[in-house]
Amino acid sequence: MDLSCTEDEEDFRHRLRAWLATALPTLPPRPDPADWPARRAYDCGWQRMLYDAGYAGLHWPEDAGGQGATPTQHLIFLEETERAGAPYVGANFVGLLHAGPTIAAEGTAAQRARWLPPILRGDEVWCQGFSEPEAGSDLAALRTRAVRDGDTYVVSGSKIWTSHAEVADWCELLVRTAPVNADTPKHRGISWLALPMDAPGVTVRPLRTLAGTAEFAEVFLDEVRVPVDHRVGAENDGWRVTMVTLSFERGTAFVGEVVACRRVLESLARTAKANGRWDDPVLRRRLGRLAAHCAALWRLTQWNVSEAQRTGGVPGVGGSVFKLRFSQVRQELYDAAAEVLGPDALDAGEEWVVGRLASLSYTIAAGTSQIQRNIVAERILGLPKGR
Amino acid sequence: MDFSLTEDQRALRTGMRTLMERRFPRAALRAVVDAEGEAAVDRSLWRELGAAGFFALRLPEAAGGVGLGLPEAVLAFEEAGRALLPGPLVTTHLAAGPSAAGFSAAGAAEGEAVVTGLDAPGALGASGVSVVTQGTGGVLVEHLASADAVLVLGAEDAEVCPAKEVMPSAEAIRSVDPATPLHRVRGGGVRNGLRSGGWSSRGRGIAARLRREAALLTAAQQLGSAARTVEMAVAHAGGRVQFGRAIGAFQAVQHLCASMLVRAETARSVVYAAAITEDPGDIAAATLLADEAAIRNARDCLQVHGGMGFTWEADVHLHLKRAWVRAEQWQTVAAAEEELAARLMSTGAPCL
Repeated sequence: MDLSCTEDEEDFRHRLRAWLATALPTLPPRPDPADWPARRAYDCGWQRMLYDAGYAGLHWPEDAGGQGATPTQHLIFLEETERAGAPYVGANFVGLLHAGPTIAAEGTAAQRARWLPPILRGDEVWCQGFSEPEAGSDLAALRTRAVRDGDTYVVSGSKIWTSHAEVADWCELLVRTAPVNADTPKHRGISWLALPMDAPGVTVRPLRTLAGTAEFAEVFLDEVRVPVDHRVGAENDGWRVTMVTLSFERGTAFVGEVVACRRVLESLARTAKANGRWDDPVLRRRLGRLAAHCAALWRLTQWNVSEAQRTGGVPGVGGSVFKLRFSQVRQELYDAAAEVLGPDALDAGEEWVVGRLASLSYTIAAGTSQIQRNIVAERILGLPKGR
Repeated sequence: MDFSLTEDQRALRTGMRTLMERRFPRAALRAVVDAEGEAAVDRSLWRELGAAGFFALRLPEAAGGVGLGLPEAVLAFEEAGRALLPGPLVTTHLAAGPSAAGFSAAGAAEGEAVVTGLDAPGALGASGVSVVTQGTGGVLVEHLASADAVLVLGAEDAEVCPAKEVMPSAEAIRSVDPATPLHRVRGGGVRNGLRSGGWSSRGRGIAARLRREAALLTAAQQLGSAARTVEMAVAHAGGRVQFGRAIGAFQAVQHLCASMLVRAETARSVVYAAAITEDPGDIAAATLLADEAAIRNARDCLQVHGGMGFTWEADVHLHLKRAWVRAEQWQTVAAAEEELAARLMSTGAPCL
């Protein structure tokens, strides 16, 4: 049990800090959240700066163009960039954290050469086409069909909850290539395709969330032709290929948010001090309790990263435990914020309030808390398969 | 950074678990619980713990100890908590003297002496020991009748005094935990009633540190109990059949068990981290989350056991009752929350 950094890790941290100190002041002003093309340009500009400085794809393997950094170095990177107020990964989230690692792990040499460098340089943006209106928690029930026609698949169906679809170049798409029947359970018969978003037959319709903004989109696919060589992994093996991606999603993807939790809580305490609510011991203790939970999220992250490092695998079981606690704490943090703010918590012009609304998705996105508990019960605790 | 347990730490944990299973199996726990009269500390078990290095774990090897640190102590106490091992383990460990040079109680390190604790900021006057407890509720002391000595923690100093000197100002209460006898020590009338019996010199300025270590080692026991009740719930849910299937196949039961694991693993990460950093904020977080994990998990474990969980025969209530006792000892949840809140106001707190 050692939480201290090695000399190499400290050195890495200092070099990163020094670079951030010079790089961040050169960033352009942040774009209007409603202006998607501007957001893409901003996020990709930041990714290009990372690329030029040698920080792009830090945790990717070296033979995929990454830096082959240890999980600890990746953790330090995420911690330091968040602390310094650097931009969030934003539009490059799917490329860097889902599609890219999947292609790196399962793609052919030609596929890796085609798709990975533009992700690292911030030249191409990816989105994710997994969920469907009738396939949410039960993702394997997806119905978007791909029918083989010579060297192409003809794809029809619809996807939902696709972030950045309006500005993406590519979509990592799950399609059904074999119908479900007695010989083919629903987890088989799925394939993973790279869909060019400018292909004829792709329609994107923004989805307005309860926060009032369009953070997601629906994607409609009407006989879209996708070359067969855009398939990553074997035909009908897409579910296994996807699991590699999903385990990345539950690893270190929330490190920035964990660091932010602590900052939010401190600023909340200052606000409460200023408006007098700090004198209420019930509220004070509530914030103290949240501080313990925020500390725990950070320790859980360190624990999961260390275990991943030790076993050499992708973050596994610890991810569900973390995600359950994280999403709950994040929502409780905003509920406490509402108590501190009082009537101001009803002013949707307040940044807090926007954050509170956005946090309502945390117990739903990337596997609902109920699905996460099923995973914990069946895969970690070994309880019988539920119904 | 490598937060994972080292090979040696894994071996220590395995060794402690084996010792507990061999020397304090379920039958031994039930014998303590079901005995008539007040449960006494098992002296031969205490000596065996001493021989295994449980109390001298953090003493330097030159002083006859094992020479390990707080992380190893936390692992050992986690195993004790898992087995519901009774007795004033924390205070005997602290009185063995790892925390301050020259401060120790004779026989504590070897397990020859049973040392309980009196946590009373008003207890140590300028000369000698005088129990002046604040308020009217008094202070609870565990296993006083079995103890040879009492580790008294005042506002700043610590001192070890003979247990028989505390006895006159103590009255037994009917402890909620059948394995942890409790005495209430009241203030007022016993002012200057105690004399330091030459067990140790006074430990100057070490009370805060001892309190933090006591809170952490207590949290480690809570963690062990919280992890154990997850296993008990899962074992019961996997074996108990209703409506033609194991009740663990029902999501309502599965989700209770999953939430228990989340509590235990969350507490584990904070307790282990606090053992490394020894930071008061981390220890407060460990106290809070471990108390919550032990109590809530025992409650959910009871629920999963259904009617059996409500019986004296099932062990579930023993975990819950011990967790209640431990939660009241040293840093309470309320104190931990206030400590953490205060730290939010000091910028640059090292919590993260």
